[in-house]
Amino acid sequence: MRRFLLFLPLLIALVLGVVLFAGIGKDPTKLESALVGKPVPTFALQDLHDSQQQLDESLFKGKVQLLNVWGTWCPACRDEHDDLIWLAREKGVSIIGLNYKDTRTEALAWLERLGDPYSASIYDPKGTLGFDLGVYGAPETFVIDAAGVVRYRHVGVVDQNVWKDVLLPVINEARGNG
Amino acid sequence: MRHVFLSFLLMVLAGPAAANADVYQFESQQEEQRFQDLTSELRCPKCQNQNIADSNAPISKDMRAEVYRMMSDGASDQEIVDALVARFGEFVRYKPEVDQRTILLWATPAVAVLGGLLVVAGVVIRSRRNAGKEEPMSAEEKARAEKILAELEQNRNA
Repeated sequence: MRRFLLFLPLLIALVLGVVLFAGIGKDPTKLESALVGKPVPTFALQDLHDSQQQLDESLFKGKVQLLNVWGTWCPACRDEHDDLIWLAREKGVSIIGLNYKDTRTEALAWLERLGDPYSASIYDPKGTLGFDLGVYGAPETFVIDAAGVVRYRHVGVVDQNVWKDVLLPVINEARGNG
Repeated sequence: MRHVFLSFLLMVLAGPAAANADVYQFESQQEEQRFQDLTSELRCPKCQNQNIADSNAPISKDMRAEVYRMMSDGASDQEIVDALVARFGEFVRYKPEVDQRTILLWATPAVAVLGGLLVVAGVVIRSRRNAGKEEPMSAEEKARAEKILAELEQNRNA
């Protein structure tokens, strides 16, 4: 018994070491979305390109799509823009844009200048849909399945590696089940 | 020089005041206190070690506005917290619900105190047991002790 007690500190140190080591390299700023497994919240917002046109959650029904949250005020959104265009044009991915807390003129000028990867663009100047989606920092990219249910949320820039390693597997799974 | 100092002082003093610029109107002191309590126990998802009462991030501003809006609509504290958890996840609560995932977190202090008490109890019991077992002095030891005491007594009188 007494001999066992001598080893107790070593044991505690080992257990702590394993637990703490497991935490190294995890990015605490990336949170899993609370909406995973839930349908896209209901909304009624204008089309970015046409203020007469109203868009709602039926936009997400029918096929697996990405929902990309962006704004012209967000530098990282500029970084991922070319990769989004690559995804839309080369990979044939349908991406819905959510223009978040932005102005219509600036957003349209940005799409005019850099190209438009979005099959539809929602205009959310007050960030109401963004708030309901739990968006806390653009860019964020959601994978939405054919039933309009959120499957995954990626916080941060989407590039070819993120596509290959993170988004594509989720999309394939969503397609298999949908 | 004094002007420079004064303007510097003004700048320093104005900083914290400007940090939380949005102004809400409350019907009573209690309501205001309720708003303060709610916003101080909700965590900002962007600037992770701040509550939404202190944080300057746009998302915290939106969350404060939602708390205020729901309070004005007569929602209970639980409803307000649940509405924000539904959007941003359990993460935004500084006091998470007691469930399977958080039970270890909640139980750790009690377990640590209990463990400490066990150690103390062990030490006490062991020392008591040893105290009972101690051998009385042998005749030889007794004679030696008496001799030493007698010498001491002599030295003191000398």
